[in-house]
Amino acid sequence: MSEKYIPLHQLPIGKTARVKELVCDGNIRRRMLDLGLIHETKIEALQKSPSGDPTAYYIRGAVIALRSEEASKILVKM
Amino acid sequence: MGLTAQSTGTGILKQSFDFDFDLQNNIIIALAGNPNVGKSTVFNGLTGLNQHTGNWPGKTVTNAHGKYVHRNKTFIMVDLPGTYSLMANSVEEEIARDFICYGNPHATVVVTDATCLERNLNLVLQTLEITNKVVVCVNLMDEAKRKKIHINIQELSKQLGVPVIPTNARNHVGLKELMDAVYDITNNNVATHPIQVKYPSVIEHAIQIIEPTIRELVKHKISSRWVALRLLDGEHDTIRSINQYLGYDLLKNQQVSMKLSEALQYLDAHGINSDKFRDMIVSELIHTAENICNHAITFENTKYNEFDRKIDRIVTSKLFGIPIMLSLLAIIFWITIAGANIPSEMISAFLFWLEEHFSNLFIKLGAPSWLHDILVLGMYRTLAWVISVMLPPMAIFFPLFTLLEDLGYLPRVAFNLDNFFKKACAHGKQALTMCMGFGCNAAGVIGCRIIDSPRERLIAIITNNFVPCNGRFPTLIAMAAIFIGSTMTNSIAGSVLSSLVLTAVVLLGIIVSLIISKILSKTLLKGLPSSFTLELPPYRKPQIGRIIVRSIFDRTLFVLGRAVAVAAPAGLVIWMMANIYINDLSILSHCAGFLNPFAQLIGLDGYILMAFILGLPANEIVIPIAIMSYMASGSLMELDNLTELKNLLISNGWTWLTGICVMLFSLCHFPCGTTLWTIKKETQSLKWAIISLCIPTVTGIVICFVVTTVVRLLGLV
Repeated sequence: MSEKYIPLHQLPIGKTARVKELVCDGNIRRRMLDLGLIHETKIEALQKSPSGDPTAYYIRGAVIALRSEEASKILVKM
Repeated sequence: MGLTAQSTGTGILKQSFDFDFDLQNNIIIALAGNPNVGKSTVFNGLTGLNQHTGNWPGKTVTNAHGKYVHRNKTFIMVDLPGTYSLMANSVEEEIARDFICYGNPHATVVVTDATCLERNLNLVLQTLEITNKVVVCVNLMDEAKRKKIHINIQELSKQLGVPVIPTNARNHVGLKELMDAVYDITNNNVATHPIQVKYPSVIEHAIQIIEPTIRELVKHKISSRWVALRLLDGEHDTIRSINQYLGYDLLKNQQVSMKLSEALQYLDAHGINSDKFRDMIVSELIHTAENICNHAITFENTKYNEFDRKIDRIVTSKLFGIPIMLSLLAIIFWITIAGANIPSEMISAFLFWLEEHFSNLFIKLGAPSWLHDILVLGMYRTLAWVISVMLPPMAIFFPLFTLLEDLGYLPRVAFNLDNFFKKACAHGKQALTMCMGFGCNAAGVIGCRIIDSPRERLIAIITNNFVPCNGRFPTLIAMAAIFIGSTMTNSIAGSVLSSLVLTAVVLLGIIVSLIISKILSKTLLKGLPSSFTLELPPYRKPQIGRIIVRSIFDRTLFVLGRAVAVAAPAGLVIWMMANIYINDLSILSHCAGFLNPFAQLIGLDGYILMAFILGLPANEIVIPIAIMSYMASGSLMELDNLTELKNLLISNGWTWLTGICVMLFSLCHFPCGTTLWTIKKETQSLKWAIISLCIPTVTGIVICFVVTTVVRLLGLV
């Protein structure tokens, strides 16, 4: 497995990764924290919407759709 | 810009606190919870108030409040907007937080979802930091059971230190126990020992520096620990609201500001800045929730969500997602069109049978004939028409639509369509407010409160009118059936074709609203799409009986009642316009004659355009007005079926092009009076209400003009 962090939107569908870093601040960061996206949170890419974006992720028992703009600000490690 | 913080944030807030509570004799209960946990169902179960509930996040758009009596005491329950947190990242969170903090409720009930408890505990823990008068309601226990999730309620209550009540609000299970618990806690019958989230020692130390000073100042008015955390976090809005509540500026107090800078310096020395601080706070809340759940919950089947995922993989798949969505819509239309005919004819036969008796009664009483004409031929006939044409399709369409809503399908629609909205620089939740618009555009406009960004909310408000509301469906259905469906000899094929056309019309409405959104975000409302997260809630087993009752009472009768209230006086006015003559021509004909040259350009005629204008109070009465205008007698004839209606229209020069243009103009024209008034109220600005009036009207005129010109140039008519 790769040692490097990847942005969440590059996580292949069906794969699980752990949150390593949020590269954003202010309101967007708060929102992501509200979703439970803290360090080491497990996150699974479930599927893309018909047109390829947004993508649904499984986060702490909930299914959350994130646009690629937001997902790219979440660095994860597979 | 009309949409200022005053009008959208605190403005709404002040409005929503403006309750006339009798504080002496009533007990006030705040009802909080994450979105989509059945909070409104709990609220309805307790208060009997029929707030419409749906399986999508963010349904409570205004603070509803209701009463219930338990053990001879009156409780007033305030339904707060669904939020994940109280850290005030959105208007909803602000409203919820402010009510819990400063509304001085005697107790707060936090409703949680048994199938997703860990995530819900975040809000519970945050609430417990503010107040210890909390009852936790674990709702949807039946869903948890179905998914084989076992929750140890006693352990949970022990861990949290407050009463925990399991409920299944949809079946009224546990609500009595919930009321008992609320009663006990407000009467101080039970002592609570709420869990205190222990933050990392650095933060705890910083709290220690500042909290004693704050405690001395604020006494018991508000939790000093909570205030200390907010000050350290530097949340300006929260601090401002605290100051407002206290009536003085905390930071102006020398002691406080001295201690605060000391604490901040301490944090800084340990490498903790504002973002880091927030991360640590949230992380600790989440870890605490995790820890509690590890003690209190066991999952018998870790793949409990697999079924939902399977459905999602189909209904949002690349290949089938959008076709399934359109087919569902077409099927709903088909059932509505095919099913509405027979009851429609029966109701109409009954109402006109009743009319004869009314007429006889007037004759018997010796009433003057003009009074009979006005009341029976004017008012009653219009009413009868509106009821017989509108009631059956609504009674079929609404339950079907509510079924989709109840299942949890609508957020999937938003998921499927989001990319298009993103490309239009609009908010993803606009797909949801659009769906609300199907019922009623005014409701859709209010629903736009779920969008945080003022720019995107305005776009959603202005374009909401492009989805046909229920008042316009009868017009669209009638036109589709008359001018398209009836071209088929087979009646089933006809209704299938009509429903396909309707689907196409709705699709066109969505496309137009996307285009207009895009244009708006490039011109009047420049900006980039804001961040967007959408929860796809678990599918829920719909409750058929309840859906039927709810959609008939909450929606069908409401819309019908409004139509009747508007149609009766409108019938009167139109009858007079059609029967008062100036120079051998009725007033109506004069107006129609004036409008006719322009109306012809867009494929309509003067009477139809006049009907649209007179239909401003309610779209439902557009077709009845047009029909009435065509009648030589100036009153509505008995229309037993669509064939007669078709004959009448054709004899007045209608072609299939007229039918199409009526549909297009019905889709794109000024919103009804109620919607306009709602827009003005929601945006606090006449300007945006006028813009919302002009944009769809101009769009409709342009579309109809282009279609008419092309068809005529090609010689198709």
